[in-house]
Amino acid sequence: MAPSRTMKAILSLLLAPPTAVLVVAVSAGVRAGEADIGAGSRDYLEAKIAYCEDCHGRSGQGYFGFLPMPRLAGQTTAYLESQLRAFAEGRRDRGLFLNMAKIHGMSPTMRIALAEHFRAAHPSPFGGASRQLSAAGRRIYEDGVPEANIPACAACHGPDAQGQGSNPRLAGQLHPYVMGRLSRFPSEYRRAAVDVDPTATMARIAHNLTRSQMDAVAAYVSQLK
Amino acid sequence: MKLVRLQLLIVALVCLGVPARAGDVPAAVRNCGWCHGMLGQGIALAPRLAGQRRAYILRQLVDLGEHVRDNPQSRQYMWGPAANLDPLLARDLASYLAALPFAPAADGRPQLVEIGRAIYLEGIPDANIVSCAACHGPNAEGIGDIPRLGGLGYDYLRTRLAQWGEGYHAGAKAPMPRIAGKLSPSDIDALASYLSFVK
Repeated sequence: MAPSRTMKAILSLLLAPPTAVLVVAVSAGVRAGEADIGAGSRDYLEAKIAYCEDCHGRSGQGYFGFLPMPRLAGQTTAYLESQLRAFAEGRRDRGLFLNMAKIHGMSPTMRIALAEHFRAAHPSPFGGASRQLSAAGRRIYEDGVPEANIPACAACHGPDAQGQGSNPRLAGQLHPYVMGRLSRFPSEYRRAAVDVDPTATMARIAHNLTRSQMDAVAAYVSQLK
Repeated sequence: MKLVRLQLLIVALVCLGVPARAGDVPAAVRNCGWCHGMLGQGIALAPRLAGQRRAYILRQLVDLGEHVRDNPQSRQYMWGPAANLDPLLARDLASYLAALPFAPAADGRPQLVEIGRAIYLEGIPDANIVSCAACHGPNAEGIGDIPRLGGLGYDYLRTRLAQWGEGYHAGAKAPMPRIAGKLSPSDIDALASYLSFVK
């Protein structure tokens, strides 16, 4: 049965872009404090979160795979969002055997939604670091290593390694992951950064750290809540 | 009569497989070898054990004994042996098997290898399927108790991967039950083909 003229009019009104956007925006905006993920639904976001957790662990706790997949839980939204963008733009971890750009490909609104989701997660850290090593790491974390021109990590990452703004949270981060990042910063440094690029700052700092100093700091932060 | 005896001898040798000198192979391994092959190379749906990660073999033996690994073949053939296995012997077996040399089964479908490699390395992000390589390594060698997948048999891999989606092994260590459950039959075919060739 062919649609009536009234039906056709209603259909064309509903299908008109402004109306469609309005419908989606209204339904998406019903939940307060949630980024508008546009054409997606709650299910779409949930599926993406599950995808992240498949590698990064339940609640973004982190996971010891062939590579240590970093903790996302409690991370600052600015940092998470900026790193997702860095992956997409090929500014991070290009040397790995994984296609990080493709694996982390997603819309800008999805990045924000995911960042907000994992910011609010608080699973316990894995822990397990040696206490002696952590104690040494704490000294470096809080005082830096003045004779090697290494500033205190606490100055940017916060006294309890909770992070602030685009300086990431380190508390509870996986020990081997922190080690890997500190070791690779100097070689990963890229000059052409569009926005605040941590590798520029971290390359200089990490360059002066000895391997055992990196190990100690990594151990210390890995057991922080 | 002599011919019959000769034929029986040949059949017996074939059943025992290589090596011909039984003294080379520990007694416990011979029990496993009936199904898994005397060199641990795998036969049909009994997987290759040679070169598998030691910690993974141990965990599977526990999972079998506790019925976490619950597909029909495991139930029929492995639940009993795993329950009867002395823990110390299990460790020795796992070490022995992990150290065995092996060659890849190489029995997948060659035309699917490229597709399978892409799925293995990158996953299928649009379908929210993660990269296998992130956990199983660039050469499917595994690490710790995450298993080697490289060189396993095509039929075994296909069956095993499909089982996750069929609801088996739901209690296994996360995140495999959820990940593999998303794979389509053609994804599985491609992955199994690719992996069977990986050295």
